[in-house]
Amino acid sequence: MEEKSNVSQTDAVTAEPNHKKVREPRFHIVKRDVTDKKTPYIVRAIAVASAFIICTILTVLLVDTNPFEYIGLMLSGSFGTFRKILNLLQKLAILLCISLALAPAFKMRFWNTGAEGQVLIGGLACAACMICLGGVPDALLIPIMAVAAIVAGAIWAVIPAIFKAHFGTNETLFTLMMNYVAMQLIAYFATIWENPKGSGHIGVILDGRFPKLFGQHYILNIIIVILVTVAMYVYLKYSKQGYEIDVVGQSENTARYIGIDVKKVIIRTMAISGAVCGIAGLLLVGGTDHTITPQTAGGQGFTAIMVTWLAKFNPIYMIMTAFLVVFLETGASEVVSKFSDSLNGSYADILTGIVLFFIIGSEFFLRYQIKMNKKQEEMN
Amino acid sequence: MNNSIAIELKGVTKTFGSVIANKNVNLDVRRGEILAILGENGSGKTTLMNMISGIYYPDEGEILINGESVVIRSPRDAFKYKIGMIHQHFKLVDVFTAAENIVLGLDGAFNKKRAAAEVLEISSRYGFEIDPNKKIHEMAVSEKQTVEIIKVLYRGADILILDEPTAVLTPQETQKLFAVLRKMRDDGKSIIIITHKLHEVLSISDRVAILRKGEHIDTVVTKETDENQLTEMMVGKKVELNIERDEPKNPTDRLVVMGLDCMSRDGIKILDDVSFVARSGEILGIAGIAGSGQRELLEAIAGLQHIEHGAISYINPENGEEVDLRDKTPLEIRDLGVRLSFVPEDRLGMGLVGNMDIIDNMMLRSYSAGHSFFLDRLPSTALAEDVIDRLEVVTPDAHTPVRRLSGGNVQKVLVGREIASAPTVLMAAYPVRGLDINSSYTIYNLLNEQKKNGVAVIFVGEDLDVLLELCDRILVIGSGRVTGIVDGRTATKEEIGILMTKTEGAE
Repeated sequence: MEEKSNVSQTDAVTAEPNHKKVREPRFHIVKRDVTDKKTPYIVRAIAVASAFIICTILTVLLVDTNPFEYIGLMLSGSFGTFRKILNLLQKLAILLCISLALAPAFKMRFWNTGAEGQVLIGGLACAACMICLGGVPDALLIPIMAVAAIVAGAIWAVIPAIFKAHFGTNETLFTLMMNYVAMQLIAYFATIWENPKGSGHIGVILDGRFPKLFGQHYILNIIIVILVTVAMYVYLKYSKQGYEIDVVGQSENTARYIGIDVKKVIIRTMAISGAVCGIAGLLLVGGTDHTITPQTAGGQGFTAIMVTWLAKFNPIYMIMTAFLVVFLETGASEVVSKFSDSLNGSYADILTGIVLFFIIGSEFFLRYQIKMNKKQEEMN
Repeated sequence: MNNSIAIELKGVTKTFGSVIANKNVNLDVRRGEILAILGENGSGKTTLMNMISGIYYPDEGEILINGESVVIRSPRDAFKYKIGMIHQHFKLVDVFTAAENIVLGLDGAFNKKRAAAEVLEISSRYGFEIDPNKKIHEMAVSEKQTVEIIKVLYRGADILILDEPTAVLTPQETQKLFAVLRKMRDDGKSIIIITHKLHEVLSISDRVAILRKGEHIDTVVTKETDENQLTEMMVGKKVELNIERDEPKNPTDRLVVMGLDCMSRDGIKILDDVSFVARSGEILGIAGIAGSGQRELLEAIAGLQHIEHGAISYINPENGEEVDLRDKTPLEIRDLGVRLSFVPEDRLGMGLVGNMDIIDNMMLRSYSAGHSFFLDRLPSTALAEDVIDRLEVVTPDAHTPVRRLSGGNVQKVLVGREIASAPTVLMAAYPVRGLDINSSYTIYNLLNEQKKNGVAVIFVGEDLDVLLELCDRILVIGSGRVTGIVDGRTATKEEIGILMTKTEGAE
């Protein structure tokens, strides 16, 4: 028990005997020296660059285009017009908001896969206010919507947290299942609040829409998410609660040792995670769609998991990773619509997949490096 | 009885980095004998056996089986030479039945009936009691062990290695196991049993090989030896260390533990009626084989371990008031004004957070101070600089994650933080484990400094030489019971060694 743990990975190979029948493998994998600060950026840059090269080659091979046209389409799809930029920022705001919600939970090593459901339930609460409190002036209605969405999201996240803290249930499965409950709830209320009658949908709701700022839609969404980003960054880095989250995530034993109430931290952190998801639901229903369907979150609750992971739970890095994902989606759909006779919507997903595959795969090279073995000297 | 040699080790050496686990070990095991391997923690027993069973490969030396030099590179190779090891931690698949686990990993088609029949045949030959169709997760610990033993027999092992098999058994189960082992010996098998319980060595083995600090000291015939001789070989001659030790200055009772009982997570009694007093200005050593309840004892005092029975009271040095610490959380203990510091055994897993830098680790104890919602890193930055400076912590800067520091420097950070809060009780579990000489002396000096300041120091150690030179009194713990409390100035290593291996409580 006492002497086993320090066999390094290199030892397993180099400690092999110099015996006749033993064949050494061609290469072995060793842990990278973590003190080097430049390597991570170089490795990531190489990964993104190679991914774009592969995507370009693939597209050029499949349809009648050239690399420059392809890159041009990717860029114009995202930044071509003012409207496109605003659209991109709006999408970025929603995805970033959900990713920010996951950050505290993930930092605590609580694998919240229920962002989708937490967003939807927040959106449902918001829609309920918009529908049922129709006559209330928007200046009063919007704050009520906000409170309802935040509380609903928090409750949806706290339920699995309580079970995890007190009974040790698996949070990944529990939060995942809560997604389906949320979707079914929305499907149920869609039949009650259907508009027009018989359509089975909640049509566009007129009350409680977010006001235009500077003559544009979505500006309020963007401002709210900027504020949430800053708040989350400060909360995680400079608050006592953020510190507790970090300690619980890194080592529950250390948390117990210094007297942190681990159960309380789990529940409190998930309440925050769910509340921020609720904000995303508010932005989606009140600020963007003005209606709700089970597809309102559109799988972004899962995309956000990737965004959060890639950013190493850091809210500032999340702006970049969320931007990358949104840029890929909007750019690729422009490419697809241009060549709609030979490509369909799935091609956008394929391109996104290739890029993410490279980025996630590069994580391996950040932690390990491959060393070729020198030919073993002859031993007698 | 056939007395030919079954397995022989010649000059076997194994190192892990700079740590020498085994050094030039020469050893032989005969056919039809039970050889006990005796040694303290870290004496290299398990590493040596792992080399025979193919888990490690020796750096130097050779292994001979039936007189022929062999290469054992994997457990599969070991089975080829009919060697089977029963590990301390069982390696079974919980949802499989006994028979399924036994045949698991073997080539050829799986015939459930034939496997079950063969298992029953082996059981009846040696006197095991086993249901081949029972699932592992429904089994008691002793049954799981039986499955492990049958597993290696089923593979045709002639040489069986058992790593501390009795650690998980009750005395009755131990007797049963020994009966089985004797039957196997009479059947011509060679059995190697690792243990540090002296009375078991004397009752089961034919010969005893003693290891100390990785070296093979001697192999003696059990009938021709006794407890005292074995202990002396196991613990070695006294080494002079020259650790400073002052007389305690007017010691007064600081921490009184009465009749403490605790259960481990598996429901096994890990502390049994433990009582002692820790006094101010004194270092109380705790000696014992690893896993005898030391960790649970300190954690119970620190408020991290549930207590079944008994009382822990703290006597406040300022007003002489008694404070009951039983079933209090660490925070409640602190709020009661008890200045209790604890250097746990698991430094990076409990005492510190490996990925955090030195400053944030300094903050662990103090982060919640004040009413602000936000952290104040200034005091802990100052403390970090101070500890780095005073204890000569080798680090690029205070922003380096502690995980990147060397073992000695990690420990300095931890001890530095714990004594910074001016404790009245300081508990340290294996504070010099894995540290080089210089760092070890730094820690001894820090403990002595605390003692001079009137702190009640509790020091759990494994090196008896250190305990005997550093501590004023030494409490010896064996299988969760206090087997004796001796004076550190007059006790001998042999005396403590015998107390450590005793399983009954003190009279």
